[in-house]
Amino acid sequence: MFENAVYLDNAAATRMDERVLEAMTPYFFDKYAVATSQFGYSLGVDARDVLDEARTEIAAVLGGDPETFVFTSGGTESSNLALKGVAAALGDKKGRHLVVSAIEDFPVLHSARSLERQGFALTTLPVDADGRIDLDQLRDAIRPDTILVSIQTANQEIGTLQDVGAIAEIAHKKGTLFHTDATHSFTRVPLDVRAVPVDLVTVSAHTLHGPKGIGGLYVRQGTPIRKWMDGGFQEFDLRPGVENIPGAVGFARAVALVTPEETARLQGMRDALVERLLGIPDTQLNGHPQHRLPHNANISFRFVEGESLLLHLDMRGFAVSTGSACFSRSLEASHVILGIGGNHERAHGSVRFTFGRYNAAGDVDAVAQAIAEVVAELRRISPLGKR
Amino acid sequence: MPLPYSEIVMEHFRNPRNVGRIEDPDAKAVEGSPSCGDMVAVYLMVDEESQRITDIKFESYGCASNIATGSIITELAKGKTIGEAKTITWKDAADALGGLPPIKTHCSVLAVDGLRAAVENYEERHGLVKEREATTVEVIKKRLKHVMNPVVGLDVVRTNLVKGIEVSDGTVRVELDLREDHQFAASMSEEIREKLEPRWDVQHVEVVFVG
Repeated sequence: MFENAVYLDNAAATRMDERVLEAMTPYFFDKYAVATSQFGYSLGVDARDVLDEARTEIAAVLGGDPETFVFTSGGTESSNLALKGVAAALGDKKGRHLVVSAIEDFPVLHSARSLERQGFALTTLPVDADGRIDLDQLRDAIRPDTILVSIQTANQEIGTLQDVGAIAEIAHKKGTLFHTDATHSFTRVPLDVRAVPVDLVTVSAHTLHGPKGIGGLYVRQGTPIRKWMDGGFQEFDLRPGVENIPGAVGFARAVALVTPEETARLQGMRDALVERLLGIPDTQLNGHPQHRLPHNANISFRFVEGESLLLHLDMRGFAVSTGSACFSRSLEASHVILGIGGNHERAHGSVRFTFGRYNAAGDVDAVAQAIAEVVAELRRISPLGKR
Repeated sequence: MPLPYSEIVMEHFRNPRNVGRIEDPDAKAVEGSPSCGDMVAVYLMVDEESQRITDIKFESYGCASNIATGSIITELAKGKTIGEAKTITWKDAADALGGLPPIKTHCSVLAVDGLRAAVENYEERHGLVKEREATTVEVIKKRLKHVMNPVVGLDVVRTNLVKGIEVSDGTVRVELDLREDHQFAASMSEEIREKLEPRWDVQHVEVVFVG
C-alpha cells in the first residue's frame, strides 16, 4: 500500500470516522444484548432504547417521525424492500406496473427487472444528455395500475440530481407511490419528507464515513408495504433479523458528523478538480453541470481507455473508478454513460472522482497532475486522436 | 498487487516495447474500432530479400491486456520472417506474458490479429498472394470469429449470435440474433462490415437484426 495514497472513490466506500467506531464499540462488548422484548431483562430494554434513539436521530435528518425509519443491511436491501415490498402489498390489489429511470443503480434496476420476470410491467424512462428524466414523459408513463415510481435522487456515477420535488408531486397527483434511492446524496443534499411528498427513501451509512452493512429505508406512515424476507417481527415487521445495534448507533453518529461546511469544502475541491481536468484537451464532463452531487466529478478522456488509466493512477497511489467496459465484471460499458446518449468510446474513457472527509486540498493538485501525465502517455501510444 | 494480471503483463503494460508508428511503413493494419472498444494498429518494415521483419511498432487504444499483448507480439515478431510471424498465435502471446485472464481474451486477440493482418497487407502489396481465396460462408465464419459479442466477451460465432450467412454475387448478408435497438447493435454491425468489406470479391455487406 502507498503511504500517501489519495482515495477518490468515496461513492464506492468511505473510510470510517474514528468517532463512529468509538460510538459503536460499547455495543459489541458491554451492551451486546438485543431488544428481544420490551418486557425483558434490562440489558434488552436498554438496547431497544439505544436503537430507537439512533432511529429517531436519522429519521429527523429526513424530517420524518422515528417510527418511519427501518434499519436494513444497506442501500441494496433498502431498495429491494421498497420495490418488492410495495409489489407484494399492491400487486394483487392496485396493479402490476412500475416506473424507473434508465440510469438507476443496480438495486433498483435489477429489483424492477426481477419483478418484470414475475409478470409485472416495467416502464424504463430515458434520461437527457445531462442525466435527467423528462417530467412530461413521467406524467405520461404513470398508468392507473402503476403501483410505484422509483427515481433516484442522485446518480451513482455521474452525480446528476433529479428534480425529486417535482417527481414526487407528479406521482402523488397521479395517485402512485414514489420511492427514491438517496444512497449517494443523503446528508450531502438536503431532502425533507415534510416538504417533498416522497413515500420511500433508501439510505446507507457506507457513503458517509459510517460502517458498512447498515442502511435504512424511510417509509411514510401508512404506505402499503410488506416484508419480502421471512423471519421475526423486528423493525415494524418489515425487516426480520437480529438488530444491528452497533451499526445503527454508528450510522446515527456518522449522520450527525456530516456538516454543511464539510460538504462545501468537498464541493470546493471538486470544482477545482473539474476546472483543472477540463483544461486537458478532448475532455468532457459527464452529468449535469449544476444539478449534481457536490462531491462527484465524472470526466471522459477521449482516445484513452479507463482501465489503463485507472491502473496507471493506481501505480501512482490514486484510487478512482471508471465506466469502461474493460473494467466492469460484466465487460459491459456503463449503462449510465450509455443512458445519457454517450457512445462506447465515451464510457470507455470515463473516470469518476468522489471526494470525502479525508481528502485534503493538496489531493486536487496531485491527482490533476497525475491524470495529465497518464492521459498524455496513453494518448502517445493510442492510434486515435493523432491528427 | 492483487491484480488479475501477471507480473510480465504489468511490466509490459508499464513499459510497452516498440510503441509508436512508422512513417511510410512497408505494411500496416488496424484491428478493432473505438465504438466496439479496443483498437490496435501494427506497422511493419520488412527486408525484401530475406523477408525478415526489421522493424515493428504498435499503437493501442485499450486496456492493460491489450497494451501488453501489443507489446509482446512486437518482441515475438521482430527478426522473424513474415511467414514465421504469421504463425504467432494468441496462445504464444499469452504464454509469453505468463498467462492472461480468460475474460480479457478478446482484448488481447486483437493485437495478434493486427500482426497477422499487417503481414497479409505486406503480402498483398508485394504480390505475394498466390491465389486469392474466394469469399465463402466458411471464410466469413472465420472472419467473424474476430468480432466479439460484447455482452459476454466471446466471439459472435461461438456465442451463436450469428443466425445466418449468405453470399451471392459479391453481396454478403449476415443475420444477427439481436434486436435492432440493442445497445451494441450499431457497433457490432460496423465491426462486421469492417471485417468483411475489404475482401477483394465483396462489394456489399448487409447486417440484419433478426432478434
